[in-house]
Amino acid sequence: MITLTVNGKQHQVDLEPDTPLLWALRDAVGLTGTKFGCGIAQCGACTVHINGQAMRSCSVPIGRLEGASITTIEGLSPDSKHPVQQAWLAEDVPQCGWCQSGQIMATVAFLKQNPKPTDADIDANITNICRCGTYERLRRAIHRAADLMKA
Amino acid sequence: MDGNQTSVLTRRNFLVTGVTAAGGFIIGISALPHLAHAVTVAAQPWNDGEGHNPHEIDAWIAIDPDDSVLIRYQRSEMGQGSMTALPMLINEELQADWSKVRIEYASPNRNLREHKVYGDMYSHGSRSVRASQKKMQQVGASARMRLIAAAAAKWGVPAGECSSVNGVITHASSGRTMRYGEVAADAAQVKLDQEPAIKTPDKFTFAGKPMPRVDVARKIDGSGKFGMDAQVPGMVFAAIRQCPVPGGKLKSVDESAAQDAPGVIKVVKLDNAVAVVAEGSWWRAKKALDVLQPEWDVGPAGNIDSAQLSKEFYAALDDKATVARSDGNVDQALKAAGKTLEAVYETPYLSHSPMEPMNATVQFQGDRLDVWLGTQDALDATEDAAKAAGLEPEQVYVHNGFVGGGFGRRDANDEVQQAIAISKVVQKPVKLVWTREEDTRQDKFRPHAVVRYKASLGADGVPSALSARVVTSSILKSAGRPSPPDKVEPMATAGIADIGYGIPNVHVDAVIKNTHLPVWFWRAPGANQHVFSMESFVDELASAAGQDPYQFRRKLLQGKADWLKVLDTAAEKGDWGKPLPKGKGRGIAICTDTDSLCAQVAEVTVKPNGEVHVDRVTVALDSRYVVNPLTIAEQCEGSVIFGLSAALYGKIEIKNGAAMQGNFDTYRMVRLAQAPKIDVHLVPSGGPKWGGAGEPATPPIAAAVANAIFVATGKRLRSLPIMDHDLSSSSA
Repeated sequence: MITLTVNGKQHQVDLEPDTPLLWALRDAVGLTGTKFGCGIAQCGACTVHINGQAMRSCSVPIGRLEGASITTIEGLSPDSKHPVQQAWLAEDVPQCGWCQSGQIMATVAFLKQNPKPTDADIDANITNICRCGTYERLRRAIHRAADLMKA
Repeated sequence: MDGNQTSVLTRRNFLVTGVTAAGGFIIGISALPHLAHAVTVAAQPWNDGEGHNPHEIDAWIAIDPDDSVLIRYQRSEMGQGSMTALPMLINEELQADWSKVRIEYASPNRNLREHKVYGDMYSHGSRSVRASQKKMQQVGASARMRLIAAAAAKWGVPAGECSSVNGVITHASSGRTMRYGEVAADAAQVKLDQEPAIKTPDKFTFAGKPMPRVDVARKIDGSGKFGMDAQVPGMVFAAIRQCPVPGGKLKSVDESAAQDAPGVIKVVKLDNAVAVVAEGSWWRAKKALDVLQPEWDVGPAGNIDSAQLSKEFYAALDDKATVARSDGNVDQALKAAGKTLEAVYETPYLSHSPMEPMNATVQFQGDRLDVWLGTQDALDATEDAAKAAGLEPEQVYVHNGFVGGGFGRRDANDEVQQAIAISKVVQKPVKLVWTREEDTRQDKFRPHAVVRYKASLGADGVPSALSARVVTSSILKSAGRPSPPDKVEPMATAGIADIGYGIPNVHVDAVIKNTHLPVWFWRAPGANQHVFSMESFVDELASAAGQDPYQFRRKLLQGKADWLKVLDTAAEKGDWGKPLPKGKGRGIAICTDTDSLCAQVAEVTVKPNGEVHVDRVTVALDSRYVVNPLTIAEQCEGSVIFGLSAALYGKIEIKNGAAMQGNFDTYRMVRLAQAPKIDVHLVPSGGPKWGGAGEPATPPIAAAVANAIFVATGKRLRSLPIMDHDLSSSSA
């Protein structure tokens, strides 16, 4: 049994310690907002926060996570009104939507480090793949979220 | 965004002049005051019951006593926005309060049981909207007429004296009003003597305006359910490895290595695959699968590689071809011409690679089968699942989720058939998930193609003849419905046979060369690769004629107002002709696809080390009509990126019969850092046919970029991907 603290709640997970957090979240904890895209930390669809840091959960084994604070897209805000979520809504960002939980989680952590990012900062730090090609709106939404968080 | 734009966002502006502001079509939420995001869709977009609702007026529309309106959407939502656009068309006629509308998928099972009340349910060919437009309007108009008739009967007045708007029916002379919710139950009993007429698009007051997508709210907080998110009590997880060489079979596998791994229930052998089933998590199944060393019977296909396929396709250029188009006499014109050009182009196999890898969850309960997946065709999936399960289609309940990317891949149902086979063996509900590597390698690929062009230029620099011979594989044969031998399937020459240019002698034919690799519909089939070669070759002709590529195309499009409008819009908004510094270039391309027209101007930087960056893309699209300009603009932006990943990086190489690329480390995608700024301009021209929007902006980008690279470097690229070419300033 491994105890995972996800979105402030403790969960007993009966899986091997080398199980990637992604699969513990989806299959054992039952939170499916975190998505599987590649399994090798390439695409970022599985991005969550571990102790506030954006991590690609497909490549983080749960054996290392006892005592860590894990936040998934479901725990980002109680009412889906986090400034980044509001900006995503306002810019109509998602298309198919599969990558967007990861894009949002990556952006939230990024904006904490870079509250006033330039396009170059965004390009260098937000590296998640979106196959639908929502980048144009995604970039605008990141700037909008930065403005909202300042306000 | 362009601050001047929002103030002129009227329907008229879109329908008549399209979107013209520099900045493109960009809608801030401030432009959509009370309408924004009021419409909802449940986290589970499917209807969990038998597809019914107690407050139905008909199979499409239910109105609760509190005036909330449920509209059923019969196609798939995979990002293309039709889950918003089709209900908009219904509401154009229904005149309900859009802020009270909620939307769910129509049930494919109900469709079967009730004489195909929803008709077909597919989403491909950019037809989601245009194949349903009239029907959606009729559904809305009928329901409204029945609501009005029911209210009129209550009041004892002729229905002709009543009207309705925003969910309220009014009897004008008495001033009485009634809400839709008050009269919906009565309306359900009304039978109309004759169906009401529907509006022509010029009378639209609601459709044609930008409307935020109904599914966005479900895609920003993790609540929206995709196929892979299905959770069924007692379900177990399956990982699968299929024979790496398509067409091969499983010869043998030593199961013992996996059997003792944690959670493993069973190793399941299929005809062409081995699967491991585990409880607790999919990871257990995948990890146990990884230690298996299956042996495959691959046959002679196991010796095939890309170099050999390329050689064979080139050799087939001289085989007997089937004619797709023949105007005038090309041979004679080529012989008579002073100047002729010839060039051969090649485009590789590609994978679809939607972000959500292929998956399906199935549960048998007696003679009932439930299937959860993301599909581009829930009705077809129902029928295929029934066949695989040995049931009648009416016994199968497909629950379509939000679809995590389709691009043409999600309608073959191979994953559904596998999940059914595995579930039958283990006698439990099964969630089958492919790895990314399986998703790439077991794709049904965008075909490989080689095209030879010949053309002659007259003394005036105008082409007098054009011939094109395509060698490619048959998508329709892979799909089980091949064209007769004397007919070329449309995809084989799309983007070439349908050029808009006025050239007196044109001959286009194709040699179909099938291999062991299955090929499939990939966003803008045919055009996605042939527009690259066609529009690059047109640039070669312009260059040989010593003419500006834009003006050269203009001349060849004289008399075609719609083509010219699209070309001119892209050129004008894309700053065609404005000077650029050294190392940069602009390229232009135009095509027709799915009855729409699309032109693009790409602005490209090539660094001295040969690295290419696409800085800016200007898109002009004529989709003939516009239901939701917001989602059309989004589709254009997405199509550019989709086509750009293919142009810059996309190739599936074959070694020993198998696809080499597996994950995103070897099958590269455009990310934010490579994404150009994209401006979209909609210039709908009307006319008898509606055009598509999900695909037509995919084909031009590769040619626009390659033509820009030619301007920047003097190098003409005759094959893709671009990354395979040395563009450094030191190279020849």
